[in-house]
Amino acid sequence: MLHDPSATGRAMAAAIERVVAVAAAHADAVDREGRFPAEAVEALRQEGLLGALVPMALGGSGATMADIVGQCQRLGRACASTAMVYAMHHSQLACLVMHALEEPWQRDFARRIATENLLIASITSEVGIGGDMRSSRCAVDVHDGRFTLEKQAPTVSYGDYADVFFVTARTHAEAPPSDQVLVVVPREDATFESTGGWDALGMRGTSTVGFTFRAEGVAAQIMAAPFADIAAEAMVPASHLMWGGVWTGIAVEALTRARAFLRTAARRQPSQTQPGAHRLMHAAGLLDGMQARLRTLIDQFDATYAFGNDRAVADAQETGWPQGMARATVLNMLKHDVSTQCHEVVLEALRICGMAGYRNGTEFSIGRHLRDILSAQLMINNDRIASGTGAMLFAQRAELGTL
Amino acid sequence: MEDQLRNILDDAGGLLRPAASLSPRDDLFAAGLTSFKTVGVMLAIEEEFDVVFPDQLLTRATFSSIAALTAAIESIRGDADAA
Repeated sequence: MLHDPSATGRAMAAAIERVVAVAAAHADAVDREGRFPAEAVEALRQEGLLGALVPMALGGSGATMADIVGQCQRLGRACASTAMVYAMHHSQLACLVMHALEEPWQRDFARRIATENLLIASITSEVGIGGDMRSSRCAVDVHDGRFTLEKQAPTVSYGDYADVFFVTARTHAEAPPSDQVLVVVPREDATFESTGGWDALGMRGTSTVGFTFRAEGVAAQIMAAPFADIAAEAMVPASHLMWGGVWTGIAVEALTRARAFLRTAARRQPSQTQPGAHRLMHAAGLLDGMQARLRTLIDQFDATYAFGNDRAVADAQETGWPQGMARATVLNMLKHDVSTQCHEVVLEALRICGMAGYRNGTEFSIGRHLRDILSAQLMINNDRIASGTGAMLFAQRAELGTL
Repeated sequence: MEDQLRNILDDAGGLLRPAASLSPRDDLFAAGLTSFKTVGVMLAIEEEFDVVFPDQLLTRATFSSIAALTAAIESIRGDADAA
């Protein structure tokens, strides 16, 4: 178990288990057909979980980071695509809840997300920018309290199925690429054509498409905080921690299958040493290490931020939640290491299960998990993370060992 | 000090226009500075002014303008004198 859920977390636990059952039942079909996990996302809606992160006062469940990451891990064991949709949705919602609840339009919209169970997709990528979320080419054009926006996005996960889009753009036509805002665009305010199908190696249910996107609306839909702050304080922490839940969930499931395989073999041949046993130890140790890192950061985060709920929090100095360059460094390292180590865990599970793991359709099949986990190293490419984070590490003086 | 900082920003800051065209209060991030580029700017400042940035100054605010950088360097020097 990744976390000891809060009171609201315990109330949500039964709901997430019902969604997990639906997600597990359709996971192989979603993967085989490369289609959106519509049944599981509908179950998330029915259970009210798309509003989990909205404060209770606004009709949500008042979830903590620990709750959401734990839910991502549970879902990740059953259907990685469903879990990733859930993680992406909540990492967007975290931006609104942490940075925009003081703004009347945004506050009302948070309530709408909870009461109508709206699914949020993110439009951060842009043609001509590459993968750098902190740069935009398009700009909002604001006149007389209204805005217009046009964006060419090469990758919008589950774009065809979302109810709301959170879109990055430059603040005005002359602004440099890094001077960005985040705009909330309900589907009814947008016109878009999606291009390209999603036939990928893994994560085949995330249904990622390209978008030619146009939107207009009232200027209050543009969050007042600079996107630089929203990204650093909300989007990067939330996405890296929630992805950590999804990816460890995939690894936990693969290794649980491998453990069952070894147990079955040992029952048949109790006198023999199982050749894969040492791999189980290696992989379980990797999982423990990842969970400990996630646990520490999640606890520090939840001790610092209440997500708009009436919950005691303390200053980051006191809770240990890192600030500035240290925060970017620790979250980038987390993403880099969890994505590669989960891959290693799944590979170990495959080596343990052997041909039974390699074949599809057995109780020990690892193929889907292996293909799904490979995406982890590519979404925000690890190579780019490693070179940038290495430079940030040598700029800092804090002790590298801190026991 | 401001001229030295402008030279460093031209070298390492990746700005979209010459630092000479910026006033001390102009937003450096709005002029094209990125968080990754701040590492190079910071290390060049340490070399040029013989100072060491404590980690708590490695924030976006420190690098937001030439005036903020000047204040940061002076505060580091002040702490060193006080010690």
